[in-house]
Amino acid sequence: MISFNLFVLPFSLGLIYLLYMIIRWWYKWVKALPEEDRNLFKAGIFSKKFLSALKEIFSESLIHRKMFRRNALLGYMHMSFALGWFLLIVFGNMESRIYSTSHVNPPYYPIFLKFFIHDKTVLWFEINTVPGFFRFLMDFLLLFVLSGLILALIKRGKSRWFGLRRTTNSQLTDKVALTCLWLIFPVRLLAESFTDGYYGGGGGFVTQHLGNFLALIFQESSRHIAYALWWTYSLALGIFFVTVPFSRYWHIPTELLLIFFRHFGITSRKFSTSFTHVEIGACSRCGVCIDVCQLGSAARIHDIQAVYFIRSVRDEQVNRDIALRCLVCGRCQEACPVGIGADTIRLIERNTFSGTHDADFSYLPASLPRKVSVIYFAGCMTHLTPAIIKAMKGILKQAGVDYLFLDEGGTVCCGRPVILSGKHDQARDLIEFNKERILRSEAHTLVTSCPICLRAFREEYNLPIRVLHHSHYILELIKAGRIPLQAVHRKVAYHDPCDLGRGSREYSAPRELLSKVATLVEVSQEGKDALCCGGSLGIYTVSPRKRDLITKDALEHLEASDPEVVATACPLCKKTFAKHAQVEVLDIAEIVYDAIPV
Amino acid sequence: MINFGYTAHKERLIDYDKNDKRVLEHLKKHEPSVLTCIACGSCTATCSAGQFVDFNIRLVQTLLRRGEIEPLKQEIRKCMLCGKCILVCPRGVNMRNLILAIQTAIDKLK
Repeated sequence: MISFNLFVLPFSLGLIYLLYMIIRWWYKWVKALPEEDRNLFKAGIFSKKFLSALKEIFSESLIHRKMFRRNALLGYMHMSFALGWFLLIVFGNMESRIYSTSHVNPPYYPIFLKFFIHDKTVLWFEINTVPGFFRFLMDFLLLFVLSGLILALIKRGKSRWFGLRRTTNSQLTDKVALTCLWLIFPVRLLAESFTDGYYGGGGGFVTQHLGNFLALIFQESSRHIAYALWWTYSLALGIFFVTVPFSRYWHIPTELLLIFFRHFGITSRKFSTSFTHVEIGACSRCGVCIDVCQLGSAARIHDIQAVYFIRSVRDEQVNRDIALRCLVCGRCQEACPVGIGADTIRLIERNTFSGTHDADFSYLPASLPRKVSVIYFAGCMTHLTPAIIKAMKGILKQAGVDYLFLDEGGTVCCGRPVILSGKHDQARDLIEFNKERILRSEAHTLVTSCPICLRAFREEYNLPIRVLHHSHYILELIKAGRIPLQAVHRKVAYHDPCDLGRGSREYSAPRELLSKVATLVEVSQEGKDALCCGGSLGIYTVSPRKRDLITKDALEHLEASDPEVVATACPLCKKTFAKHAQVEVLDIAEIVYDAIPV
Repeated sequence: MINFGYTAHKERLIDYDKNDKRVLEHLKKHEPSVLTCIACGSCTATCSAGQFVDFNIRLVQTLLRRGEIEPLKQEIRKCMLCGKCILVCPRGVNMRNLILAIQTAIDKLK
């Protein structure tokens, strides 16, 4: 006979609805993938990649390894909910098999097992028996989840203990879902305890004792209280399941699909695909991106952070400001425990808000460069810092490099600034123009002083030659013994430009180069945590005053260790810092040039 | 009207009574820094596009104030959005958003 009671209905209906939504959306997303990606997906399912995806699901979606690295308390809180609940389901199912007579159980049976089964043959301390062991385990896991719940309550007031200065502002659906989620576990504890107490057996080390105590107080009425609690438990579960697709908890099923996508080799594109939609759904609104955003921490703009931006995309509520007001510095992407490419999504969304910018670059003069082995491309911004150009010319001359200064007579922009407005196609003429000239020169190395250009050349140009930032190239020349050095070794704080560090993953070359001509001092936010100088071309709608606040924020960290020089590897950073710095601001190339003996 | 012997081409006439200020009004709201321009010409002197073609942010400002929408639309097509002008502007005019906002305003006129 199948056990049934009316109260299982809210849970069962909610579960059916949730499963329907998951299957429907997963199918929709996979089906809507571009053909190439869909083939990757099909091939991935039956490969080893499937197993590696499962491994990541275990370590990230259940254990929350990255969260642990960020903050142990925060990691534990997420783990206790995810892993604890998962294990409750798994072991609950196993436990229910002991008492089940049929091969197939209705899904509610393990969930409400204690309501249907009151096994008094085994006592709570007999954990060497199979039912006793499961009873112990289930109580233990419930405590594990409840410990996370207590932490979540503490986090409301003391988020700083969890490494978060600011937390996400919730929407109504999030609040409803959160209330239900928080109700589920304490109500389960009480429902089981009341039941165990009333029947005088069947509980574990927590539920039995608590139950006996409650039965002492409530006597006969504990049966009715238990029944009401079972209803509440089922309702909390049911309502939670129904709100999942409309709340932040949609990230639970969506993140699983995202992990599979990534392992199968599917990535984001320049336009919105299913991958983008899945990334948007996979945002758990944990709020880790809020504190790292300098627009918030330094410039006091609190409504555009990745979490709010992604939420606005999901709700189709994006506006011009939220799309265009972002430094595109990549700090939020770097910090995101789910690894969502918020910057890429922002650029995709910008397309709608930057007007139909119908660029016309037909005026660009056709001129062919001479054949050469190395091209030097200064970039627009470097032309505003002639000292860098002078240094580069001097270094290249010293090393005897046969090079062509491609944009000496005027720079044709690399295209990235246009791309940052979301208009990929509008940059095509610029890219084609520069690419043609680079290829015609038959050079094998392209050196640029501007990390913005570097990123464009690497990501958009598809060049068959080496593309290097000057810090990398100068280091090569020094290692080859082509530049004599006689350095004074001043104390230098190095600033990682966004597009060179997080954007192009060049962290070591500039440092190695600097250590040859200067003494590097430590900076509190460096490498992948480096701050933006505030000059970013990524942001469109911002006042100069707000920019200044960001610049001062970055300089505060850089100047904290009292350096003689702030060194950077980007003309835009240099120009921006120079306005507010207390000490000299120099590009790496300038420092090297100064170290060449006369 | 008395004929003084001068001629004025119709396309050269700017009728300030019929000045189309819709784009300017949009900008006042969305990029008010446009009003702080003192026409010093630093932006034009440093302009990347200006190295190759007659492109002039000051002209953009003039067209904007005169409400000459069509020439304005053509003019901003030349911009590469490189942002050098922002760095040299002594008045803090946010040129890159200016270009995008003009385009957005013109889109809205349709």
